[in-house]
Amino acid sequence: MNANSSWVFWRAFARNKGAVLGLVILAGVLTLALFASVFFPGDPWDMATAPFQPPLSDGAPLGSDMLGRDIAAGIAHGARVSLLIGLTSTAAALAIGVTLGALAGFHGGWVDDAIMRFTELFQTIPNFVLAVVLVAIFTPSLTTIVAAIAIVSWPPLARLARGEFMSLRNREFVQAAITTGQSNSSIILRQILPNSLSPIIVSASLMVATAILLESSLSFLGLGDPNAMSWGYMIGAARTVIRQAWWMSFFPGLAIILTVLALNLVGEGLNDALNPKLARSRG
Amino acid sequence: MTRPLPALPLRFQRAAAAGLLAAVLAIPALSGLTATPVLAQETPVKGGVLNSIVQPEPPTLMLGLNQQGPTQTVAGKIYQSLLTYDQKLNPMPSLAKSWTVSPDGLTYTFKLFENVTWHDGKPFTAKDVVFSTNVFLKEVHPRARAVFSRCESITAPDDYTVVFTLKEAFPAFLQSFEVSSAPMVPAHIYEGTDFRANPANATPIGTGPFKLKEWVKGSHIQLVRNDSYFKPGLPYLDGITFRVIPDAASRSLALESGQVQQTQYSDLEPFEVPRMKTHPNLAFSTKGYEFVAPMSWLEINHRVKPLDDKRFRKAIAYAIDRKFIRDKIWFGLGRIPTGPINSVVKFYDPKVTIYEPNLDKAKALLDEMGLKPDAKGVRATVKIMPMPYGETWTRLGEYLKQALGKVGIAVTLESTDAAGWSQRVANWDYEITTNFLYQYGDPALGVARTYISDNIRKGVLFTNTMGYSNPKVDALFAAGAREVDPAKRQTLYSEVQQILSDDLPVVWLLEMEFPTFLDKRVKNANTTAIGVNDTYEDVWLAAK
Repeated sequence: MNANSSWVFWRAFARNKGAVLGLVILAGVLTLALFASVFFPGDPWDMATAPFQPPLSDGAPLGSDMLGRDIAAGIAHGARVSLLIGLTSTAAALAIGVTLGALAGFHGGWVDDAIMRFTELFQTIPNFVLAVVLVAIFTPSLTTIVAAIAIVSWPPLARLARGEFMSLRNREFVQAAITTGQSNSSIILRQILPNSLSPIIVSASLMVATAILLESSLSFLGLGDPNAMSWGYMIGAARTVIRQAWWMSFFPGLAIILTVLALNLVGEGLNDALNPKLARSRG
Repeated sequence: MTRPLPALPLRFQRAAAAGLLAAVLAIPALSGLTATPVLAQETPVKGGVLNSIVQPEPPTLMLGLNQQGPTQTVAGKIYQSLLTYDQKLNPMPSLAKSWTVSPDGLTYTFKLFENVTWHDGKPFTAKDVVFSTNVFLKEVHPRARAVFSRCESITAPDDYTVVFTLKEAFPAFLQSFEVSSAPMVPAHIYEGTDFRANPANATPIGTGPFKLKEWVKGSHIQLVRNDSYFKPGLPYLDGITFRVIPDAASRSLALESGQVQQTQYSDLEPFEVPRMKTHPNLAFSTKGYEFVAPMSWLEINHRVKPLDDKRFRKAIAYAIDRKFIRDKIWFGLGRIPTGPINSVVKFYDPKVTIYEPNLDKAKALLDEMGLKPDAKGVRATVKIMPMPYGETWTRLGEYLKQALGKVGIAVTLESTDAAGWSQRVANWDYEITTNFLYQYGDPALGVARTYISDNIRKGVLFTNTMGYSNPKVDALFAAGAREVDPAKRQTLYSEVQQILSDDLPVVWLLEMEFPTFLDKRVKNANTTAIGVNDTYEDVWLAAK
């Protein structure tokens, strides 16, 4: 992408005001995650102040929880866990989904049949239930949670990639590549994949949001990594004392809403900017 | 196994209920304004139905076959044993009107009440006692088997006298006739049958003041008055209904709104207790659990280094603040323990090595062991697997991680479910876990089992799973179990408490207290060492 096309892309993206807002929020969350140890040095699990301090009290700007842990520190350090899990599990899901989808779409025939039946097997099981089962079986840790989320989220990506590959498979430029004798892997990686990336990027950005929600739900149910402070864990722990301390669930909840909303807005903006049909209709 | 193992928490349900909660809460708050003062009225009146909660729903009400907490509370009204105990753990008559112990401590003679009948009308006699203790319980009840296999013979010289002759003296024998420890079962129904498969298990036949009328699974258990109860005029109540309420928030709401008049054991989460205590219609008490006397501790696997070194265990004890645990995690429920024996249990002795929180002492002990902090300040890494018995235990795990981290012991928390926890602890596949056991009123019954080396049994939960072994401790517990003279017993148990508090095989965390809430209209309830599990024969409901 040269400077000019980047500018075009940015203009298309920036046309969507929501997307820019989303990007700003996301940048904020990223900064918070990156500098969590600077803003809140020390361990977020440490009892920093008296238990059940309301927001704006001394040493706990957003209040403290039942063990006197600082909610603000929890949110900052939780941002790391949430983003880390969101990004890595999406990357893993992309790797599985796009590979399988590409193979199915490119080869067609029995390869396609086999891969798609396999994909359907996963699609028939409700996402969240499968994730709960997987994490429960393999004991909760960051790795198992990332793996579980990746395993339940790749099928839609596989379907998407397969569709793209099937339609591009018969275009002239691919036929040309075949006649020049390029290998299958080079055609898949160098010819078709770059041209099918736009929809994949858009759905991947939305998938990060879904992954964050999935992780929060797992933690809420007590299936999070017991050694990692995460937003879902904070809400899960706060649920029982919601009548004594509303702030314990409110602020982590707000963090989840904002982050997921931001990711969705950005995803929509990317869609606007990358979708050629929309781009043309805007003239 | 005597305590309920909750399934994984059903938070979906709870979350849904929490939504409703806010809406419904307004109602009791308003009705509180119109409450009239209760008139002083101390003459028992007949009639009325007491509503309570049973949580979780028991698998059966046949108390001989199942002694989980909820089973005991319900079936304690249906079945009886020979004795019950006051809150100082002194024996009181139940089905036995009197008893004598021979001076050598070998012969126990019980005289039974003579007009007792089973719920099916057949008379209750000494034959039933002999059958229950010598045959039935020995086959199906592990705790009773351990006690009654100490008997040389169990005989019935006449219909209303039972004589137990022991192989050697065992003074804790008199503490073994509590209703869940030795429920009397009808010989005419069970004799010669397959006890576990007997169809009568579904319709329990006891001698108690209440009979099972109806059990709608998932909804309620309804008990009604036994009109032919052997004490004339009793019971006062027409019946007791136990409601099955699986959701914790709904349970506290049911109590708050007056739908139930009693909650017990773990019905309410600890964090609900401070709020409920202020409810004008409810009386709060932590009494009535003297017989179970639960003690919780950090269970430490002595097979893992450096946990086998008592200096390391002492460092742990100095690093944690048990007052914080009691006040902030258990919301004030419980007492700070000094040693292995719960302070409400017989032969408790507070003169032992005490571990007050002291980070410097903890660090000094670790230094002495040669565990110096590395660049990150870490001296050793241990794994803690908190009990999967709900939030409170999870919070405890989080606290321990922080507290031990302060002295350089890095903690990795492990998650597990109830089945996995039992499996791993029983098979010694853990480093540190949290645990609690009931003490049953006497060190010989509920304390020795955790520390004697005879009881290191792989695959069996609630044994000496730490692998702690000290011949001196074994000898003292053995002597204590045999000694008839209470003063000499005290000396033996005092010594064992001193040794254990110095060896520190486990780190005692809390003498747990359970909250019992009773509507102020409920009179005479919760008066014995088994509190809510007693018969409730003389409980009555005052007029509104």
